[in-house]
Amino acid sequence: MTDGQANIGVKGSMAARAGLAAGAAPALTVAASLFGLGLLWALAASAWPSRAFPTPGAVWSVLVEETANGDLFYHLGATLGRVAAAYVLAMVIGSVLGVFLGLHRRADRFFNPWVVLFLNIPALVIIVLAYIWFGLNEAAAIGAVAMNKIPNVVVTMREGARALDPAYAEMATVYRFGLLDRIRHILLPQLQPYLAATSRSGIALIWKIVLVVELLGRPNGVGFQIYLYFQLFDVAGILAYTLAFVAVMLVIELLLVQPLERHATRWRRRLA
Amino acid sequence: MRPVGAAASLEVRIAEKTFVSAQGVPVTALRDLSFDVRQGEFACLLGPSGCGKTTTLRILLGLDKDFTGSFHLPEGGQLPESGTKRIAAVFQEPTLLPWRTVEQNVRLALPADLRKADIDWLFDSLGLAGMRSLYPSELSLGLARRVAIARAFAVEPAMLFLDEPFVSLDEQTAQRLRHLLLSVWSARPTTALMVTHNLNEALMLSDRIIVLSPRPGHVLGLFDVRLPRQYRNVQVMGDLLRSFRQKFPGHV
Repeated sequence: MTDGQANIGVKGSMAARAGLAAGAAPALTVAASLFGLGLLWALAASAWPSRAFPTPGAVWSVLVEETANGDLFYHLGATLGRVAAAYVLAMVIGSVLGVFLGLHRRADRFFNPWVVLFLNIPALVIIVLAYIWFGLNEAAAIGAVAMNKIPNVVVTMREGARALDPAYAEMATVYRFGLLDRIRHILLPQLQPYLAATSRSGIALIWKIVLVVELLGRPNGVGFQIYLYFQLFDVAGILAYTLAFVAVMLVIELLLVQPLERHATRWRRRLA
Repeated sequence: MRPVGAAASLEVRIAEKTFVSAQGVPVTALRDLSFDVRQGEFACLLGPSGCGKTTTLRILLGLDKDFTGSFHLPEGGQLPESGTKRIAAVFQEPTLLPWRTVEQNVRLALPADLRKADIDWLFDSLGLAGMRSLYPSELSLGLARRVAIARAFAVEPAMLFLDEPFVSLDEQTAQRLRHLLLSVWSARPTTALMVTHNLNEALMLSDRIIVLSPRPGHVLGLFDVRLPRQYRNVQVMGDLLRSFRQKFPGHV
């Protein structure tokens, strides 16, 4: 290797390190902030020692134990599966209904009171009725969760459909676009901001409702475990499962939702 | 009955087009609008603003079906699956999909079996060769218009419609685009109808100018420009302008 090449190598790695540091700074802040919260918790828990307020260490040991015996992943998996199924169901049905109402003013005028009614039915009522009418089964559980989210998706996607630019539809008509091309290249890109908004709020809402559904009528899942620990007044167990599931949802947000969104809006970010 | 041999032309016979204004008052935009464009001819629809030029175009594009009368598009460019005729339009705004690249925008307009067709000549002759992977937001208005023109010619339409494609450009850019349009059109001549209120533009580009009256729009008269386009220099254009003004004294 000549000197020149070595130089370039050093410069290159320095540049890479500088880039890493710039990217790591916000992550460091987040880490420090979370560490601070943990410290505060540890101090408070050791100042007032109580079974109802365990230290981070106690929660951590439950987490390790539950991971080792496989219970944690079993229940996390069950809950995650329900979240995914309810999410897909709610997004597909809600989007189709919302776009339909957004494009058909008369249908919208007729069905709007229904939307308002369903928007205001408490989640608990829908869950209880679903279990009574359809039995304590998986379909009733997932359906009840989806039913809670669908009116929200309808309202957001209806706004999205109302904001569609007719110029693109006319261009597609003139150039004889097929139905699939219209959906993929004309409709979905215009709806993307609304889809992203309703997806984000959707995931947040759905996983919380899934826990309630599990608490009321499922033999597994994070909600079931929390109910179990509630009966035992085992706060360490409750916190261990809660934190584990929050962590899973954060990982999904970071590794799935954000990269997807970046990909969908790549044409917009080049504006700068 | 249509005479044999004239089947290939654009025939427009619009009896009446009325729409209801925002105040609920019916407004007649077009009445007894009737004209032909022969195959391979470049025609301009010229008229004062608000005379129904764009309304006419929207009817011919199939975007407005609420009118009485009929029209017949030239033969050719049939789509195999549906039997509908292939048409193309350059709108007042470029109407490119902002979320697709320049090349995707052009190819998406093509029928599925031609998606992979070779359209290099089109990008080259419109000076877009280096911009195929850019997004529309990265283009100037003039360049976006060129992409819209490329899209229209790529489909090799039986009929090409242009709705004031050079408005809101500075005169220099507009003139350059007119020359580009002419060179692409000469390479692949197709029956074309352009809406404009710019008389100079109409005289420079067209074989025939169809002059419309103020609302309700109907044809005031035709002005044929038989001179080949390469002979239409500044002096000749002045003469054309004078004879046009003589024939249509009321028209600005």
